[in-house]
Amino acid sequence: MRAQFVFQEIWIGLRRNLTMTIALIVTVAIAMALFGTGLLIKAQVDSSKDYWYDRVEVSIYLCSKTSTNPSCNKADRTDAQRDQLEADLKAMPQVSKVEYESKEQAYSRFKERFSSTPGFVQSTKEGDIPDSLRVRLKNPQEYKTVAQAVNGRPGVDQVINEQEILKKFFRILNGLQWAALLIALIQVFAAVLLVANTIRLSAFNRRRETGIMRLVGASNVYIQMPFILEGAIAGLVGGLFSAVLLVGAKTFLIDRLQGSLQFASQLSWGSVVGVIIFSISVGVLLCAVSSFLTLRRYLRI
Amino acid sequence: MIHFDNVTKVYPHQNRPALQHVNVAVEKGEFVFLVGPSGSGKSTFLRLILKEERPSQGHIHVAGKDLSRLSNWKVPHLRRRIGCVFQDFRLLPNKNVFENVAFALEVIGKPRRFIGRVVPEVVDLVGLEGKQHRMPDELSGGEQQRVAIARAFVNRPMILLADEPTGNIDPATSIGIMKVLDRINRTGTTVVMATHDAAIVDAFRKRVVELEDGRVVRDQSRGVYGQAY
Repeated sequence: MRAQFVFQEIWIGLRRNLTMTIALIVTVAIAMALFGTGLLIKAQVDSSKDYWYDRVEVSIYLCSKTSTNPSCNKADRTDAQRDQLEADLKAMPQVSKVEYESKEQAYSRFKERFSSTPGFVQSTKEGDIPDSLRVRLKNPQEYKTVAQAVNGRPGVDQVINEQEILKKFFRILNGLQWAALLIALIQVFAAVLLVANTIRLSAFNRRRETGIMRLVGASNVYIQMPFILEGAIAGLVGGLFSAVLLVGAKTFLIDRLQGSLQFASQLSWGSVVGVIIFSISVGVLLCAVSSFLTLRRYLRI
Repeated sequence: MIHFDNVTKVYPHQNRPALQHVNVAVEKGEFVFLVGPSGSGKSTFLRLILKEERPSQGHIHVAGKDLSRLSNWKVPHLRRRIGCVFQDFRLLPNKNVFENVAFALEVIGKPRRFIGRVVPEVVDLVGLEGKQHRMPDELSGGEQQRVAIARAFVNRPMILLADEPTGNIDPATSIGIMKVLDRINRTGTTVVMATHDAAIVDAFRKRVVELEDGRVVRDQSRGVYGQAY
């Protein structure tokens, strides 16, 4: 009896201001989709940060005839210089591992990475890419000490910190994340205002009913529940639409991007589902709370 | 049943009090006419009983409860023991007679079987036999007011408040409405009726409380509306 009555009231409320309800659902859907996107980007950044930071190295390129660095004097490094450098690096407390990559190894790695552009590979000969010492650090933050220790030493062409390249990449992702969250915030603001308006209209449309309910002693919960559920249901439907958008984004955007880029992503369906559940809950809660707050102003007891 | 103890009510942004130092006691089973010109404080008196307003000063007891100590969430329970009838009927136009009366029970969560049993009884009591499935706009003013009375009485309240119940109804029909209220009063329900229908007050010879500018100027058992009118 009670449930049937409440749902009947909700249905009447949603139908009576259908246009507002649609506007509300669309706004909530967009807001929650952007919110979810922001969360997904964050999940992506967090997981790939761990993945990459475990693998980043400081590459110390050694002198070769082709290098432009004047300190190399257009000459190859000597074996003694190389051995000395390697030994010194291994002795440093910040260093966890040092590997030597010969010119042959560097060339074969290059060939592999650019196998899709054969013209580029053909114009490069073995020996064009200098050999290097690849240093893995115990703590990636201590890059500077290592760089200072080897920079300018005989036989060293240049020191490249891969972390810097990654940082630029993550900065872009972070920017995207914040942009999505910012737009989501604006949309959430719009959604809150729309909920308030929808519920206010709904309360106005049903002022006869609520007036009588008040007089015959219906409890506040009973009077307010249809309105709050009305907001919550609009939030739920909007949230479900945003779930569709997020699933679409995952299959058509991220998974495809992953195929074309060397993008070691760990964005599993599990985390997508988690984000969807979270953003739907946020949407429902948001709408329910803002209708409750609106009612406090327009449905005096 | 209803005790006003030195009650004063001043609405915000108004200098003149709506009620001043009102002392009235209505006992169980009484029938009281509340008379006086418009703006004399009759409606405020009724609204205070429902705790729709709070007194600025003084205390009000209804059904043994001090309203100033009644917390907000208990107010609905107070209102379940008080029925209300208004000049403008306040029926729901999209519900028929049965549904209008049943609405009062539905929204306080009464079971469907109880509603199905009780509503027809009350509809008969107010004299609307066989009209359960009429819509409000198919009924005369007097019949609509009977529906409103049925809705107010269906939960068997201890008190029935009527704010100018015959205000929109012609005199002949008003007598029928008064008979319904009298029948309800005879079941032991306390009735407080605000009115300025002199003919009715004079005909019924019940207790009369007269208000003027927010003061009680007369409280008379078996009274008439007043010589001045």
